[in-house]
Amino acid sequence: MISVLHSAWLIAAKDLRVEARSRELVYTTLFFAVTAVLIFAFSFVQEDSTVPPGAASGILWVTLTFSGTIALTRTFEREREHDTLRGLLLSPVERPAVYLGKLFAVLLLLAGVEAVLVPLTGLFFQAPLLRAPGLLVSLLAAGTLGFASVGTLFAAMLVRARSRDVLLPVVLFPLVVPVIIAGVRGTNVIFTPDSELAVARMWLAMLLSFDAVFLSLALWTSGPLLSE
Amino acid sequence: MRRAVPGLLLVATAMLAASPFMIDAAPPEVTMGLVQKIFYVHLPSAMLFMVASVVCGTSSAIYLLGGRRLGADRAAFTAAELAIVFGLITLVTGPLWGRKAWGVWWVWDVRLTSTLVMWLLSWSYVLLRRFGGAGSETLSAGVGLFGMALVPFVYWSVNVWRTLHPKTSVVPTLPASMGKPLWWSVAAFACLFAVLFATRARLERLRTDVDMALADADE
Repeated sequence: MISVLHSAWLIAAKDLRVEARSRELVYTTLFFAVTAVLIFAFSFVQEDSTVPPGAASGILWVTLTFSGTIALTRTFEREREHDTLRGLLLSPVERPAVYLGKLFAVLLLLAGVEAVLVPLTGLFFQAPLLRAPGLLVSLLAAGTLGFASVGTLFAAMLVRARSRDVLLPVVLFPLVVPVIIAGVRGTNVIFTPDSELAVARMWLAMLLSFDAVFLSLALWTSGPLLSE
Repeated sequence: MRRAVPGLLLVATAMLAASPFMIDAAPPEVTMGLVQKIFYVHLPSAMLFMVASVVCGTSSAIYLLGGRRLGADRAAFTAAELAIVFGLITLVTGPLWGRKAWGVWWVWDVRLTSTLVMWLLSWSYVLLRRFGGAGSETLSAGVGLFGMALVPFVYWSVNVWRTLHPKTSVVPTLPASMGKPLWWSVAAFACLFAVLFATRARLERLRTDVDMALADADE
C-alpha cells in the first residue's frame, strides 16, 4: 500500500515537473476556461447586468467540465507524442499506482484552474462565494475528484484509439451526469441567498459516495483496463 | 439458437400482426382515452431496453474480469445495439403519450432522465466500438461496467425532483382486459428481441471469423 502510494507520488511529481517547466497545460486550460466564462456571460447576463437565477453555478460547472476534458486530453497527448505511456506501463509499478499518479497530477492541475475560475464567477455573476466557503470548497473538491477519477481512466485508455479527441467527451459526459447534477444543485443552494444549506450537504454526501464507488471501481479495473 | 431463429421470427411476426386487434379490443382508459393505447408499445420496449442494458453491463463485466471471452464481448456489443433500438422506441413513444397525458413533451423526471442517460451510454458504447479502432473492445467493456455502476447514482440524483411518470407498480393492478394485450405485446417484443439478438450476434461472430481468416491469409 505504502509502495503503491509512493510510486504514484513519483509519477505525479514527474508530471508536475514536466508541467512546471513548460506550463503549457496550465496556461492553455486557464485561458480556455476564462474565455468560456466570457462566452457564458455574453449569453446569459441580461442588459441591466442581472444574472438569471441558477446561472452562476451552472456556468461554473459547465466550464469546469469542458476545461477538465481539455486538460485530460492534453495530459495524455503528451505521453503519446513521446510514446512514454508504454514506458510507464512497462516500469515495475502496479497499474493502480500509474492510475493514481496520473489522477493526482490532473487533480492538482484542475485545482489550479478552479483557484482562478471560482473567484472569476463570483466577480462576473455576483455569486456570494463567502456564504459557506468550506462547503463550496468541499463540493468543488468532491466534484472534481469524481470527474477526474472517471476521466483519467478513460483518457488513459483512449491514448491509442483513433479520433480520441471526440471520443473522450462521448464516453465521459454521460458517465459524469450525476457529478454535474449534484455539483450544480449543491453550488446553486450556496449561491441562492436564504436557502437551506442542509440541501447542499446532502448533495455533498451524494458526491462523496459517487467518488468512493467510482474511485474503487477505477482502481480495481485499472489492471485489466490499462493493459497494452 | 440459430435453428430457433426462423421459428421465433414467425412467432414474433404473427404476434405483432395480431397485437393491433388485441389492443383494439382492450377497453379505453377513462381519463386518457385513445392515447393510452401507446402504452402497449411503450412499456414492452422500455422493458426490453432495460433487459438489453443489463445484458450489456453484465457481459462487459464478464468480458473484462473473466478472462476476455469473445462470446461475452459479442453479447455486450449486440445488447448495446439493441438497447439503442429499443431505447429509441421508448423515447419516441413516451413523449407522444406525455404530450397528451401531461400536456408537455418532456419533463426532467427521474425515469425519463435516467432512460435518456442510459440510452446515451449505449451510444457511447457503440460509437467507441465503431470509431475507436484496435483495442476498443476493452474500452467499451469499461463503459459497460462503469455504466452499470452509474444507474443508482443517476436515479438518486434525479429523484430529488418531483416525479410525474406513473409507477410500474400499476402494472399488476391492471384489469385483465388491459393486462392481456399488454403481456401479449411484451411477449411479441421479447420474441423479436431474441431474433434480433441471435442474428446480430451471429453476424458479429462471422465478421470476426472473416477478419481472422484474412489476417491469417496475410501472414
